[in-house]
Amino acid sequence: MYEFLTVPQIITGILWQLLPVWIALAVVLSLSFFFRRSLGLYGELFGSGVGIAGVTLCYFWLFTALFASLIAPFNPLAQVLIMKDSLPGAIDPESGRAFLLGGDRLARDIFSRTVYGSQIVLLIAPAATGFALMVGTTLGLPAGYYGGRIDSILSFLANLVLAFPVILLFYLLVTPGIMETPIPYAMAGVFFLFPIIFFATLFYTRNKHRPGLLAIQLGLTVLIGGWIYAGLVFNADPFGIIAIRPNELNIFVAVVFASSPGVFRIVRGLVMDIKTRDYVAAAQTRGETPWYIMLWEVLPNARGPLIVDACLRIGYTTILLGTLGYFGLGLSPESPDWGTAIKDASRLLRAFVHPALPPVIALMSFVLGLNLLADALREQSLKD
Amino acid sequence: MLGFIVKRLGVMALTMVCLTLVVFFLVNLDPNLRRLAISQLDMRTPDAQIESWLERNGYREPFLIRYGQWLGVVQKQPAVNEDGQAVSRFAFCSEPTEPSYSGILQGQWGCSTTFRTNVENRLFPGLAATGKLMFWVMVTMVPVALIMGIFAGMREGTRTDRTLSVAAITTTATPEYVSGVIFTVIFASWLGWLNGSAASATAQGITFSNFTLPVMTMAIYGIGYIARMTRASMVEVMTQQYIRTARLKGLSFSTVVVKHALRNALIAPFTVIMLQFPWLLTGVVIVEVMFRYQGFGFMLVEAAGNNDIDMLLAASLVSVFVVLSTQLISDVGYAYLNPRIRVQ
Repeated sequence: MYEFLTVPQIITGILWQLLPVWIALAVVLSLSFFFRRSLGLYGELFGSGVGIAGVTLCYFWLFTALFASLIAPFNPLAQVLIMKDSLPGAIDPESGRAFLLGGDRLARDIFSRTVYGSQIVLLIAPAATGFALMVGTTLGLPAGYYGGRIDSILSFLANLVLAFPVILLFYLLVTPGIMETPIPYAMAGVFFLFPIIFFATLFYTRNKHRPGLLAIQLGLTVLIGGWIYAGLVFNADPFGIIAIRPNELNIFVAVVFASSPGVFRIVRGLVMDIKTRDYVAAAQTRGETPWYIMLWEVLPNARGPLIVDACLRIGYTTILLGTLGYFGLGLSPESPDWGTAIKDASRLLRAFVHPALPPVIALMSFVLGLNLLADALREQSLKD
Repeated sequence: MLGFIVKRLGVMALTMVCLTLVVFFLVNLDPNLRRLAISQLDMRTPDAQIESWLERNGYREPFLIRYGQWLGVVQKQPAVNEDGQAVSRFAFCSEPTEPSYSGILQGQWGCSTTFRTNVENRLFPGLAATGKLMFWVMVTMVPVALIMGIFAGMREGTRTDRTLSVAAITTTATPEYVSGVIFTVIFASWLGWLNGSAASATAQGITFSNFTLPVMTMAIYGIGYIARMTRASMVEVMTQQYIRTARLKGLSFSTVVVKHALRNALIAPFTVIMLQFPWLLTGVVIVEVMFRYQGFGFMLVEAAGNNDIDMLLAASLVSVFVVLSTQLISDVGYAYLNPRIRVQ
């Protein structure tokens, strides 16, 4: 029916398609390695094998996502009917190009889908983690610093969310039905407000006495924040650059909701530890406001564990996204993300093995890279 | 201690009420109710008929009254059929035909519209099946993880330590749906040693070939985390003064590890293992769906797909109870095991 490439040809084919990634990796890694002494914490990562492995894996997927349109030989959604369930290396007789990793149940190129899948994962996972960090930090700081009633209430709410099995939460929050109600938009409206509040307070507490600078900073925060806010929550970006589909917003909100209580707990614990230090007492004696102390004295000193946690959390969010895809929640059925691909392939595992392996290995290697990175960062911060 | 436990039980009850309220709110959203009605009637039912079905079965009553009925503090009214007679809401459930208090407080779990039977008829067999799975997961996961952690933490910085640490990190990067696929490919498709599905475990009982893959898949994700905690705890213990004393008085390294270090190093992993339960609940859902094992997780997915209100409420109640009680056991156990905290 169709001709096949040999195994060495498949491997060289894949390596050749990934050429943009190799070039970018070589440039970035050699530059970072060369200037590692002047790059601070990031440079110190290049001192250990684990760190280099983690950085390389993360960059690999970052560049794959960036150059996806250059790397992928086929459109991830295009179906070439003759290639249904074809084995790795089968050559499409029409275009003469090979399906390097074979075709799936719907006759789409698995290699291209895996490459495009990285775009979805690398866009949503870090962004959702970023928002979760903002929400968790903004609520965790006062809870840890003031203690008392505000702490009890916020901790109770956080434990409430954490007591929910994640999967049940997703089944309730990410359904087609809920997109007809205003709930996802209301939640997005609340969550996306936190970054604006966070940065506004950050600048205000620092530059209270310099009205000129403060006006610029606050103006920019409200302008940029408001622009993104309008695009994400109301889907009304006046320039049409920032847009998000309702199902993606729903996933985004659910993931932020599920992971911010974890951040909250960590920040709260760190703040309770740090607020007993002498420099906090000194700031209190100087008469600084509580929010200044929280944002400019406590938070910078909590950054080490927070950076490590952020790395681990991006990996965990990737796993959550995969879970959503695996249960067919939120993402559209033909979406090339890894979770959906694993779901489709695992149902037919008895007949065909090859569609399951690429997304599985992709997801695992990306999360592994992040975990290794977190481990190396933790080692470095323990050394100091 | 007693006051602490009583206070925690109070918080637990409050958490359960809040969570079931949230779940109750979400499953009773209008699109979800319509989905339920369609699943009970027919795909092509006209809107007016759906509305009358919802009305007749009491789904249109005020939110708080319905929550009270589910809880058992407000009387449940029977449905009325076309002839004006009081009938049980669903023919397949034994719900009373006269007004009565029959909620969760009276031990009535309600009626499952997906499985067409009383909730308890499906919930408890499902929990029992999942309990078996959990038991085997714990039996394999805990010893493997502890041994890995102890060997890694015993001599910090050696090659064994680094190899085991990287292995532990790798397992934390493989969620169940990843390791499940990899193991099925290797052991079921290529080698043909094990059964790629656990469907037969429900009817014909658990065997090595149908149960190994689910257990392995679930255990592998948890091993890394527990092993890393054990390692950290072991490393800390090994730097203590009393370990040096024991070494200096001439005890062999293995005696020091087994008799002096181990007992103190295992306190922290105990809490970690207890706190793994919430995560195990998520894992159970994935593994049971993947290997078609008819347990609690499988039931949960079926119920969620059809918006089975009473079943979902029961499932969330059970899982919240499991999560909170393991947290309580972990806190009490930690205080009990650690003499420094016990004295305070």
